[in-house]
Amino acid sequence: MSSKSESGKSNQDRANHRSRALSLPRWAKIALYALMTVLAIPFLFPTWWMVTASLSPANDIYSQSPKLFPTHPLWSDYKQVFELQPFAHQYVNSLYIAVLVTAGTMAVSALSGYAFARIRFPGADALFFVVLTGMLVPAEVTIVPLFRMVQSLGLINTHWPLIIIPIFGAPSVLGTFVMRQFFLALPAELEEAGRLDGLGRFGLFRSIALPLARPALAAVAIFTFLRTWDSYLEPLVYLSAKDKFTLPLALTQYTDAYGGNIWNIQLAATTLTVLPVLAVFIIAQRQFVAGLAQTGLKG
Amino acid sequence: MSVSTASAADTQGGGRGHRPPPGRGRRDHRMTARRRDAVAGYLFVAPQLLGWAAFVGWPVVAVVWYSLHSWNLLAGTFDWAGLANYRQLAHDPALGAVLRATLFFSVGLVVLNLALALLLAVLLNQRLRGTAVFRTIFFSPVVVSLVAWAIVSGTLLQGTGGINALLSKVGITGPNWLHEPGAALIAVIVTQTIKNVGLNMVLFLAALQGVPEELYEAAALDGASRWRTFWRITFPLITPTVLLTSIITVVGSLQVFAPIQVLTAGGPGNSTNVLVYDLYKQGFVAHDLSYASTLGVLLFVIVLALTAIQWQMRKKWVVNE
Repeated sequence: MSSKSESGKSNQDRANHRSRALSLPRWAKIALYALMTVLAIPFLFPTWWMVTASLSPANDIYSQSPKLFPTHPLWSDYKQVFELQPFAHQYVNSLYIAVLVTAGTMAVSALSGYAFARIRFPGADALFFVVLTGMLVPAEVTIVPLFRMVQSLGLINTHWPLIIIPIFGAPSVLGTFVMRQFFLALPAELEEAGRLDGLGRFGLFRSIALPLARPALAAVAIFTFLRTWDSYLEPLVYLSAKDKFTLPLALTQYTDAYGGNIWNIQLAATTLTVLPVLAVFIIAQRQFVAGLAQTGLKG
Repeated sequence: MSVSTASAADTQGGGRGHRPPPGRGRRDHRMTARRRDAVAGYLFVAPQLLGWAAFVGWPVVAVVWYSLHSWNLLAGTFDWAGLANYRQLAHDPALGAVLRATLFFSVGLVVLNLALALLLAVLLNQRLRGTAVFRTIFFSPVVVSLVAWAIVSGTLLQGTGGINALLSKVGITGPNWLHEPGAALIAVIVTQTIKNVGLNMVLFLAALQGVPEELYEAAALDGASRWRTFWRITFPLITPTVLLTSIITVVGSLQVFAPIQVLTAGGPGNSTNVLVYDLYKQGFVAHDLSYASTLGVLLFVIVLALTAIQWQMRKKWVVNE
């Protein structure tokens, strides 16, 4: 008890010390702000430009002086986005695939992460090592055999390979690793109580360990969703019909008869795919960044 | 499994052939609990293990197997070819350019990405108001999908695009970025770095915030400069994170595909035709699946070798707590 309050006090002290020992002189602060502002330009400008260019006439995109604010916003490009392709349909494809893969990955990696961390069974360490090797196999190495597998099962141009393979295959291994690290740190006493109440293994997992694992699950959910939303090579290889396409693939399809990009339409479509995700991120960025940082912290 | 049941039954001398009733003896009870645990363990990991076998283990074996065959999709033939594909690989006139592009791309990306990530993390770790805003800005491209980012960058990198317009304002005539060999490679590296550097930045930031304040105070009392403090105290303490991020970034750099496809399609010439892109073109554009498999084996060997080297080198520079 006393040691606890002591450590709390020293934390307080530390915070005070920090501001004194490490506070910067005024000129240094100004220099740092200036540096960060300059560095921020390449991070902000493309997104800003994407929105403004999508609202400008096509000619402006190639002009030597890009306008930072469109003088007369044009919405016609946005109409065309939906006319040239089943864009709404592709949006739904991307969304439902990402949601299913995220939910499935959370389930698979929570189960196996829990077992590898907290259940003693013969060969557990060896099996964990085997599973971990999945992190070292780039998707491109296995794409030809997986393509053949999908083809021989008659699942080309369906969404099945885009859902099943990531949930059970190499992409979920990182999730298993993160979940295992989290469950390893969970105090054993918590489960002892549940055991006395007569809970079985699944009961312990479901009603005690899993609810506590919310931060780790959130991290797994975030990176799985982003990765699935980003996925490009696999849809490119497995899908052929436009109404089956996911967004990254759809974005590259706004081309003219000669295969040249129709930039203005492409930028409008890109804006439509980027802004919702960006908005969610900006609202939830604290949890978002903290969740991702946690996956690395415990690695 | 059956052996352990039998021996458990034997030691109890009773329940021959069928399960001992619960609460029989202490040892017996423990055995069944342990066995039940083992069954639960296997059931819990079964989805992951079966998935690994079907989608990782088997494909890795298959890719080696395919690389030893000559495979004609149109004629439907699949014949043993021994090392013919590997001989073709050794004599592939494009291989030198592909490996060079892969090497330059990876080295450029890893150096730029890690250096920038560390710089940004150190800046954001200062006691300054408003760092949360800058953190959001530097991280924001991470949530933009790779293809979207590449498309936007592509329009900016046109000869008459926004980047050159900005450069001309300060009196620099920029190259036609995506159509000149050296410039194209640099453009793709920078595009990809800005897109993803936020991830490494966050990992570095988390590591920096784990460095105990007392060490900084001690250094300040000793009158050590900030530069010296960073390299003598901060950096050694975050080396485990540096190792983690460098492995992730090296492996990731070898897998870059979408930006290459969208921005340059491997050109001009073969200047951005990295191994992964070549693999895709051979397999899914030229439909030479056995040669693509051979390139897949090469990629796998490179990834394994680099990871092993990094893992070995960690003893030299990673400081363990």
